[in-house]
This record gives sequence, C-alpha cells and structure tokens, in this order.
Amino acid sequence: MDALDPLILARIQFAANISFHILFPTITIALGWALLGFKLAYNRTKDEAWMDAYRLWVKVFALSFAMGVVSGITMSFQFGTNWPGFMEKVGNIAGPLLAYEVLTAFFLEAVFLGIMLFGFSRVPNWVHTLATFLVAAGTTLSAFWIIVLNSWMQTPVGYEIRDGVVHATDWWAIVFNPSMPYRLTHMLIASALTVAFLIAGMSAWRWLKDGGGEGVRRTLKAAVYAAALLIPLQIFVGDLHGLNTLEHQPQKVAAMEANWETRSHVPLVLFAIPDEGARANHLEVAVPSGASLILKHEAAGVVPGLNDYAGNHPPVAPLFWGFRIMVGIGVAMLALSWFAAWTIRRRGVDAMPRWLARALVAMTFSGWVATLAGWYVTEIGRQPWLVTGVLRTADAVGPVGSAMVASSLTLYLIVYAALLTAYIAVLYRLARLGKAARQGKPMFPLPGVAEGPAEPQSEAPA
Amino acid sequence: MTPFIDPWWLPVIFAGLMGLSILLYVILDGYDLGVGMLTRLEKDENRDLMVASIGPFWDANETWLVLGIGLLLVAFPVAHGLILTQLYLPVALMLVALILRGVSFEFRAKAPPEHKARWDHAFFYGSLLTALCQGYMLGAYVLGFDQSFAAVLFCLLAALGLVAGYIFVGACWLIYKVEGDLQKRAVRWAEVSLWATALAMAIISIATPLLSERIFDRWFRLPEIIALLPIPIASATLFVGLAIFLRRPLRAKDELSWVPLAVAGILFALGFVGIAYSFYPYLIADRLDIWQAAASPEALSIILIGALFVLPVILGYSVLAHWIFRGKATHLSYE
Repeated sequence: MDALDPLILARIQFAANISFHILFPTITIALGWALLGFKLAYNRTKDEAWMDAYRLWVKVFALSFAMGVVSGITMSFQFGTNWPGFMEKVGNIAGPLLAYEVLTAFFLEAVFLGIMLFGFSRVPNWVHTLATFLVAAGTTLSAFWIIVLNSWMQTPVGYEIRDGVVHATDWWAIVFNPSMPYRLTHMLIASALTVAFLIAGMSAWRWLKDGGGEGVRRTLKAAVYAAALLIPLQIFVGDLHGLNTLEHQPQKVAAMEANWETRSHVPLVLFAIPDEGARANHLEVAVPSGASLILKHEAAGVVPGLNDYAGNHPPVAPLFWGFRIMVGIGVAMLALSWFAAWTIRRRGVDAMPRWLARALVAMTFSGWVATLAGWYVTEIGRQPWLVTGVLRTADAVGPVGSAMVASSLTLYLIVYAALLTAYIAVLYRLARLGKAARQGKPMFPLPGVAEGPAEPQSEAPA
Repeated sequence: MTPFIDPWWLPVIFAGLMGLSILLYVILDGYDLGVGMLTRLEKDENRDLMVASIGPFWDANETWLVLGIGLLLVAFPVAHGLILTQLYLPVALMLVALILRGVSFEFRAKAPPEHKARWDHAFFYGSLLTALCQGYMLGAYVLGFDQSFAAVLFCLLAALGLVAGYIFVGACWLIYKVEGDLQKRAVRWAEVSLWATALAMAIISIATPLLSERIFDRWFRLPEIIALLPIPIASATLFVGLAIFLRRPLRAKDELSWVPLAVAGILFALGFVGIAYSFYPYLIADRLDIWQAAASPEALSIILIGALFVLPVILGYSVLAHWIFRGKATHLSYE
C-alpha cells in the first residue's frame, strides 16, 4: 500500500469521517428546534396530532444524535492521530475554540438529551420542554463554535506568529472573523432546509402509502411551508457568502466559476470540463457576462482568474462541479417547495397530486447532497492550505505510514456504509410505524426495549 | 490577554482537570461498558432492563472522554500528537468499537425485531473491544510506548485487567440499579470480577516497576515510599472489605445497595492516583513534561476562565440527571 501517498490517504480518511459526521448534525441542529416547535404547539393547543409528530421525530432525533456523537468523537482523536501539525501550529487558537464547544455545548446536549428522551413522565412538563430547548440550543451552540473555528481557518485574523507558533492577539476578531457570519447563517439555514425536506419527504412517503393521519398531514404541510420560506432566504445568504469569499479567497471563487483569466465580461459557465493541464475549459456552455453580473453586479465587472494564482489555487474540477450540484439542488428545492406550498395552500394536503408527493419523496435527502457539495466546495477550496496562508495541509500530516492509514480507512468506510444503510432503513421503518400512534398505547417502540413482547404495536396494520 | 495567575500553575491545573475528566470517564463510562459486556449473560427482558439502566446516562458519560482527550488536545497539543500517533491502531479500533456501542442503543430499539440480535452483538462486542483497547493503551502509555515482547505482553494483560475492572464496576452499578434475581446475579458477577480486578491490579503493580526503572525509582525511594504506602494499603483493605460485604445476603429494603458502587469508584480513584503519581510531572515518560507540552499561557487562561464557570454547572446538571433517573431502573419509554 506504500504506493499511495500517506497525505492523500489521511486526507481521504478525514474527508470520509467528516462527511459521514456532518450528515447527522445537519439533521439534529434544525430538528431540535422543530421538536421544540411541535412541543410548544402541543402545549398551546393540547392537540394530540402535534404530540404524535413529536414522538415520531424525537426518535429520528435520538438516532441521528447518537450517530453524530460517535462519529464526532472520531474526529477529535484524528487531530492527534493523523494531523499533529495542526494543533502544534495553531493549537493556541483552535484549542480554546474546541474547548468551549465541549464545555458549553457537548455536556449540555448530552445530559439534557437523556431527560428529553426518557424523562417525559419523570419530570414536570415544563422541565421536559426546557430540556428540549436546552438540547436544541446545545446543538446550535456546538455548530457556532465549530463554524467559528472552520471560518478562522478559511479567513484567519487576530493572531501573530511567534517562534513559528500562532498566538491569539484579539479573540473578538478571531470569533467574528470575516467569513464566520456568512458561513454560520448559510449552514444553519442549510440544516433547516435539510430537515424540512426530510420531514416533507418522509411524510409524503407515508401519505402515499395510506394517508398516515392528521400528524402526517400536519408535519407535511409545516415542512413544505418552512422549505418554501427558507429557500429564497438561503439563495440570498448564499450569494452574500459568495461575495464574501470573492473578497477574501478570490482563488476559490475563480475555481468555482472555472475562470482562468482575470478579465471583465466573465461568462457564467453552465457546463464545461475544466482542464488544469491546458488551463482552459472544454465543451463550455456559458451565459455571456453572467459571472461578472453575479459577482460584480455589472457586465463589465472584473473577476479574478486562476492564472493569477498559479500553483497556489485549489483543484478546479471538484469546486466547479460541487458548486453546480449545490446550486442545482437549491433551484430544484425552490421550484418544488413553492409549487407544493401553492398547491397545499389552495387545495389542502389530501388533494395534492400523487406525482407531487413522489417528487417530495425523491427530494427527501436532497439537503444532505447539497450540504455535502457545499462543504466540499469550501473545504477543497481552501487547499493547498489547511489554515489559509498560515499552514499548508501537507505540513500538518503526521508520521503514520500508508499501510496503517489505509487499514483504518478501510475499517471506517465499511462501518460507515453499514451504519448509513441501517440508519436510512430505520428512518423508513419509524415512518411506517408512525401510524400505530393512532391505535392506543404503547405507541412506539421503547428505547432499550425494542418492541416489548406483550405489546402488539409493532407492524400494526394501517 | 495576560494570564491572571502565575503561568507556572496553568499546566498543573490543566493536568489536574484532564486527570479528573479521565478518571470520571473511566468510572462513569466504565459502568456503561461493564454493563454492556454483562448483557451477554442475560436474555430478553433482563437484557433490556440492563441496557435501560444506562440508557439516560451513557451519552453524558462518554462526553467525559471527549473532555479529557479535548483537554489533552488543547492544553498539551504536542503531547496529544505524540501520544495518539504512537497509539494509532488501538485508537482506531477503539473508535470503531465506541461507534458500534453508541449506535446500538438506538438501533436495537428501533430496527426491525428480527435484527435486534445483531445489534445486541454489536453492543456487546463494541463494549468489549472498547475496554480491551483502552486497557492496551493504558499499558502502552505507562511503559512509554516500549515495543518489546515483554511490553506487549504487559499491554495485553492491562487490556484484560481493564475488562475485569469495567465488568466489576458495571456489576456494582447493577446491584444499585436493579432488584430481584437479576440483582442477586449481579452480586455474584461483582464477587467474581472483584477478585479478577484485584489480581490484575496486583500483577500490574508488580510488573510495572520491574519493566520500568523510572517507576521503580519513583515507588521505592525513601521518603516517598512512606507517602505512597497508604494507596496499596487502602486498596487492599477495600478489596477485602467489599469481598466480605458481597458474601453476606442483601439487606432488606435494598439498604446499602449503593456501597459496592461507591467502593468501586474509590478503588478506581486510588489506582488512578497511583498512576498519576508515578508520572507527574511527565506527560510522556521521561520525554515530555507538562510545561514543555503546554499551549501558550494566554490560550490556557482563556480556557480556564470558561472551565471555572462551566465545569461546576456541568457537574450540577449531571447530578440532576442522575437524581431524575434515581432509584431502580425501569423499562424506559418516551412517554
């Protein structure tokens, strides 16, 4: 295995771990708030349909949360096992940020999750609602700290280098570094959209099967409306984020647009096969002056090109394609959610055409794909730097040999593939069992107990 | 920002906090992992009840590992890299095992019933492999990552020793959290694993100074030996006392069912103090001490401010969670 470069292997391993990990926080960040919404709606109306929704989705939350926790622990170890140079160089900044994430967020969510999941009959209702709130706040706080760190790695400020080691000079500047507000907002809305399409997709799937009852109708409607409201906002924030990147990391934008020369009237490339060897695009289909219009808001706007950064810019093809996948899904989300919202508003959920429900089912995990594509753009777009201008990725990798990394990577990939399959299978199983809620207690499989032997709620006929 | 206390103290404080986190992890997740390994001995409802007894706690318990390793990462970045690259393979295996153990809680309850046995396997082997890897790493760490044959044997012994220790604290947890026949069986498990743990601790205590000259000096030098003596004496007394306690029938009304768990916690703490004493002030034996490995005083101060405010709160709500789920474990439900 020594033919493979340990650096590439270590990068693939970290990419695999973080890609697997981010799937679950993307769900839990927004689902926590959705659950709080369901709970508050129930508290206000005493309508059992909201509690049905809560009980179904709290299980999805619990499962996603467990997947997020265990895959997150893996990464805190990998800083040391694979990337010791990272903490040696920038530990004085990354360290406190990670420490604050553990101290303020991890324990909060972990402790109150127990109360939120299993404490319903053991604590007063308001304590249970409070626990739900604290868990949601914990997941969001966790996202805040980690995005602060990631953004600082993209656009580092507020530091000085003494004896080759980075020292903080201004914590306020570090936390509110130039790209942080945009990246954080973009990610939080991405999480909300992912959950909206997940809930809409699974509810639509259930509705197609047998109607699913009031709880399903209600979550479907709430999710479609939320998606329709959020997607234009996300497109707007995404545009701001892009302009921010243009200001601070122009080579990243140049790669996203596959623009080689700095010039005015830069076209918006819709399709092309970027060729880094020839430093040109093949089979290009483009809108004249489109990129200049989007990035500079005028057709004659000058947009920086990759050739200004030869040898110091990220690989072009992954950014070009990753960006187009993300934007393409965003456009599909916009079209589908607006049409679905308009239909439901006019005719109600049950009058929805079946093809529309099928389209929602097809988009169930679209948020995951868009989020991953977006993160690939931003993370690969930082290369060859790990911390822009401060630390190269190649200088942070540890001394562990290829064979060792290849074996751990294989192990992780097998486990992740198995878990992802099981996870999606269980989501559909939970959505299917959801209907049993209508037929007396106990409504749901009990945690740690599966289906109790004497409790006939499993596989209940619809 | 300027450090608000003498910078000499900062690494000492962080070494203490890190030690405390790791000790709490070993005791708290120790009972989770021990119960996980013991699930093999029961079936169906009893197994479900055992899992339910740790269900509300395991996640928070595991977070102490994140804090411990996180403090190593942020306070002693150089040591973090050195230690974890040395322990690459056991760390990777432990992480996979922790993943399996953690997700099995959820999957065994939510997957189709015909798949439950599969997740029970994952839960058991995940717990077992985690314990083995952690014991192996402890052994490797104590010997300063020596790769000789004797050292590897020692690591394997430490792995088995920690398995015994975790089973012991897990059995004590069950004595405290369950009742009836299952509780009686837990007493028997505790008795057996108590002796296994004592044996492992004794062998390791004898082998350690023989394999490591540095530790030999540390232990058998006057006058330190006098300060150190209370540790083995207290441990031996507690072992014998608990063995006698466990042989006697359970008290009426479940009185004193918390005693074994408390004694197990103290025994773990004593063992931990012994190891910490053998090392201080080194993080990696004879190579790197806490001042050489520490992050900058500015970085440490800013973490310390947060930690001083937040740690008491964390301890507070952890106690609250244990209080809410106090008493005998029942089958958990979302209702």
